[in-house]
Amino acid sequence: MALCTFWIDGKEYRAEEGTNLIDAAKENGVFIPSLCYFKHIDPPLGTCRTCTCRIDGRYDPACTAYVCEGLKIEVNTPELLDMRKALVEMMFAEGNHFCPACEKSGNCNLQHMGYELGISVTRFPHLFKDHLIDYQPKRMVMEHNRCIKCKRCIEEVFTYDNKKVFTAINRGNDTMIGIDYEQEAKLTDEQAVNAMTICPTGAIIVRGKSMAKPFGDRSFDMVSAQKQFKRPILDKPNRVNFEKKVIATVSLAGCFGCHMSLLDIDDEILDVAELVSFNKSPLTDIKSFTQRCHLGLVEGGCCNTENIETLKKFREMCDILVVMGECAVWGGLPAMRNTIPLAECLEEAYLNCVTSETGETTVPYHEDLPKILDRIYACNEIVKVDYTIPGCPPSATHIWKVVKSLLWGEDYSLLYSEFKYD
Amino acid sequence: MRTDAAQKFFSIEPDRSRLLSELWDRQLSDRYITDEVIQQLAGKYNVSEIEIEGVVTFYHFFHRKPAGKHTIYINNSIVAELKGYQRIREAFEQETGARIGYTDPSGTFGLFETPCIGLSDQEPAALIDFYPFTNLNALKIKDIIRKLKEGKTAAEICDAPDDHIRFLPANQHTLFFAPYVRGVAVNKLKDFNSEGIIEQLRISELAGRGGAFFPTWKKWESCRKENSPDKFIICNADEGEPGTFKDRVLLNNQPGSVLEGMIIAAFAVGADYGVIYLRGEYRWLKKKLEEEIEHFYAEGLLGKNVAGIDGFNIDIRLEIGAGAYVCGEETALLESMEGKRGEPRTKWFYPVQKGYLQLPTVVNNVETFVAVARLIQVGSFEYQKRGIPGSNGTKLISISGDCNKPGIYEIEWGMTVAELLDHCEAIDPFYIQVSGPSGEVISIKEKYRRISMLDLLAQKDIRCGGSFMIFNSKRDIVNILMNFSEFFKHESCGVCTPCRAGNFIIQRKLERLKNGLADSSDVLELKSWGQILRTTSRCGLGRTSTNSIIQALEKFEDYFAQRFLSSSTGYRKFDEHHAVEEYERYKP
Repeated sequence: MALCTFWIDGKEYRAEEGTNLIDAAKENGVFIPSLCYFKHIDPPLGTCRTCTCRIDGRYDPACTAYVCEGLKIEVNTPELLDMRKALVEMMFAEGNHFCPACEKSGNCNLQHMGYELGISVTRFPHLFKDHLIDYQPKRMVMEHNRCIKCKRCIEEVFTYDNKKVFTAINRGNDTMIGIDYEQEAKLTDEQAVNAMTICPTGAIIVRGKSMAKPFGDRSFDMVSAQKQFKRPILDKPNRVNFEKKVIATVSLAGCFGCHMSLLDIDDEILDVAELVSFNKSPLTDIKSFTQRCHLGLVEGGCCNTENIETLKKFREMCDILVVMGECAVWGGLPAMRNTIPLAECLEEAYLNCVTSETGETTVPYHEDLPKILDRIYACNEIVKVDYTIPGCPPSATHIWKVVKSLLWGEDYSLLYSEFKYD
Repeated sequence: MRTDAAQKFFSIEPDRSRLLSELWDRQLSDRYITDEVIQQLAGKYNVSEIEIEGVVTFYHFFHRKPAGKHTIYINNSIVAELKGYQRIREAFEQETGARIGYTDPSGTFGLFETPCIGLSDQEPAALIDFYPFTNLNALKIKDIIRKLKEGKTAAEICDAPDDHIRFLPANQHTLFFAPYVRGVAVNKLKDFNSEGIIEQLRISELAGRGGAFFPTWKKWESCRKENSPDKFIICNADEGEPGTFKDRVLLNNQPGSVLEGMIIAAFAVGADYGVIYLRGEYRWLKKKLEEEIEHFYAEGLLGKNVAGIDGFNIDIRLEIGAGAYVCGEETALLESMEGKRGEPRTKWFYPVQKGYLQLPTVVNNVETFVAVARLIQVGSFEYQKRGIPGSNGTKLISISGDCNKPGIYEIEWGMTVAELLDHCEAIDPFYIQVSGPSGEVISIKEKYRRISMLDLLAQKDIRCGGSFMIFNSKRDIVNILMNFSEFFKHESCGVCTPCRAGNFIIQRKLERLKNGLADSSDVLELKSWGQILRTTSRCGLGRTSTNSIIQALEKFEDYFAQRFLSSSTGYRKFDEHHAVEEYERYKP
């Protein structure tokens, strides 16, 4: 086929006419993020929409376009970058993605895309819909909490008699990927593992094969598409005179892991001591504010009324409110209970668990005890949050960089390696 | 009446095309799709069971649990809500002993909700065993249920919905409702060749009436040029847009014109096959259409050498949808006809290139086909006398909501909103939803805007796809938007992320608005999220699902500003009382 000329963001490129736009861009060193696109599925799926670009003025996914002479494509306009980010955020908000507890962590396209697009928080409320975890298939576990309905498995996984193993069932927001138990049992080991591999998330898990690769060898360990495609990364701090500032910290519905991480700062602690003083904080054991603070660092979301009160106090007493760690950002691990009614959780924990004797235990309730909320609330659902630091936990240098740059207006670049936490 | 699967399918259609019809037959006879049926069908079509399951669960008129000896569907569209949905729902629950979504303990009645059933001019309405019951009230429901319990069938006691044709253009300018004589339009074909017909459409500037206003001649011309021995003409009678019922009236009042329009299309593009894809909600029109088709065969207007034209063969059959709004999208409709889930295709090909069974296919709306038949009958010169320059002809508009005369209005393009509101005797109109939830919101301040097809460049005229839902100033706008968002959340096909997840997220946000927990930042977010759905969704459903929200927020700024004051404390509104309610149950 003939070569054709096309333009991406005003630059001229050449590729074989009729090449899929994602591939044509890639050949020319332009990175268009995509999740569902799979080279040999024809026609392309076009389900995840992450690769949405502006093609000859129209918003369309790059995966369902092919290059032709004179095609003009916008890829990296601020609007499109934000839109793509929003789509991936939507997937995180729709499913229940607890990366630290996921077998696919480090091998997961969705997680990787989150890093690539620099997602630190989803703008959308997490839906916390209760999804099925299907243990019935003979060889697999279907983890519907993690499925993004990309349809790769539907189009790619067949038995030897050419029957589908996966199909979408239901409609609208109840759509999920159904698995045919009878056909699944007929898959060979190799076919089953292939299904797990092509799944861009951890929705398809083959028993006994899920942790095949050790840390360091996983697909996305320290690989950055951005580095590969040379996208500019901000650099060079600009030094100014430091003035001593006051910080407050607290751990709400968290595990104190972020605070522990904070202490891992090693010898830089000397810097810290010189530059800031701590007011209300578990580090100083000051229980209530004695003065207004420049910056408040909050770990954990809100699980009870005391958390709400404390968080509001922080909002009131701190000029800048920063939340750190996944729990504070969107609920994190404690939010695993959000898909389950509160009564079920409490009764399982206090009344029906194996160690409790029937009739001997009650669910604690006392006027001095904080009241437990119906679900975990992220900090930004209760108060306005100024900045978020993602990570589980964020590293000490990362937190310190954020604090420094906020307090003294210092620019800094976030290295890819610094905010990878899987 | 023939069962669905017993009708004649075309010889070139694969067996799989019968799937929906077979499922319909089983649903109607067994009242649900049993596991055995799924096994049987999987065996028959040599596919895995889950694939059949996927098709069954896509359409909400197919049930996987018994749906009662009598299955009742109450319409929960916004117009029904205004007209007393809540009351009739309670009456049904009381009389049948069934709760919404379930059957009563004896399994006699199944009670379900469904979005708009195309009877907005006579709400509250319901379908019982797919027969219409209109203008319901508690007494009437009591009577209906009593009769059903006595052993009468729904077919015997159902209502015959009135056409409610309220207004026709002056000077005998009506096109759609002029007296119909069978065969007049088709017999004119002798005077034309295929290019001639398309030329007539081009001169008249006829545009598709499904709502997209794509020039009909362009569509037909591209299909005509496709080199294929087999082509299809499909009449999209899947009128699912809430508040729209003009196609119902046409199918009931002018079934012959619909067929003639399709025959003319077949002649123009060289197609041998035609299918009317009738939405499941209009099953009660099936008999009428089948009878009309038989008359056409008997009079030589369908079959071989139609209207005495040598070598012009065309057959038409019916296909019944099973409850899925998205199947009104043409590529989803094609998928559905092929016996699959009604998921829109990627726009890799146009249907005129590769449509039904990958063959060149023309898909047009009911109103378009009737307009074609009438245009060929009266000639383009006469046709152009109607309407305004650049927007010829007349348009059917379904009017419902707060007005004295809900029904069908045939207007000449160019009428203003104010005139139309006068004709229908609107009561304190304030918020008007044009062309359904996916259409346009207009405020009464815009009442002097014209209704025409000229909207595209000037952004001034209103391009009405076919409906006006009128709301008075006492109606809660957030409530209207919530109803729409619930509708889209259920009716999204579930394929693409923005539409599937986005509409759910938008609904959560609207809930905050409704519960008084939103502030001005929420309103800004709603607008920007709506824009994301608009630009990134895969088909028209997602791309238009947030139109109303975005426009309502802009056009009724004062209304929203009053309700949602911005806060300066940095606290978000939080309903602590509600949040601890569940825990308070453990207070000793």
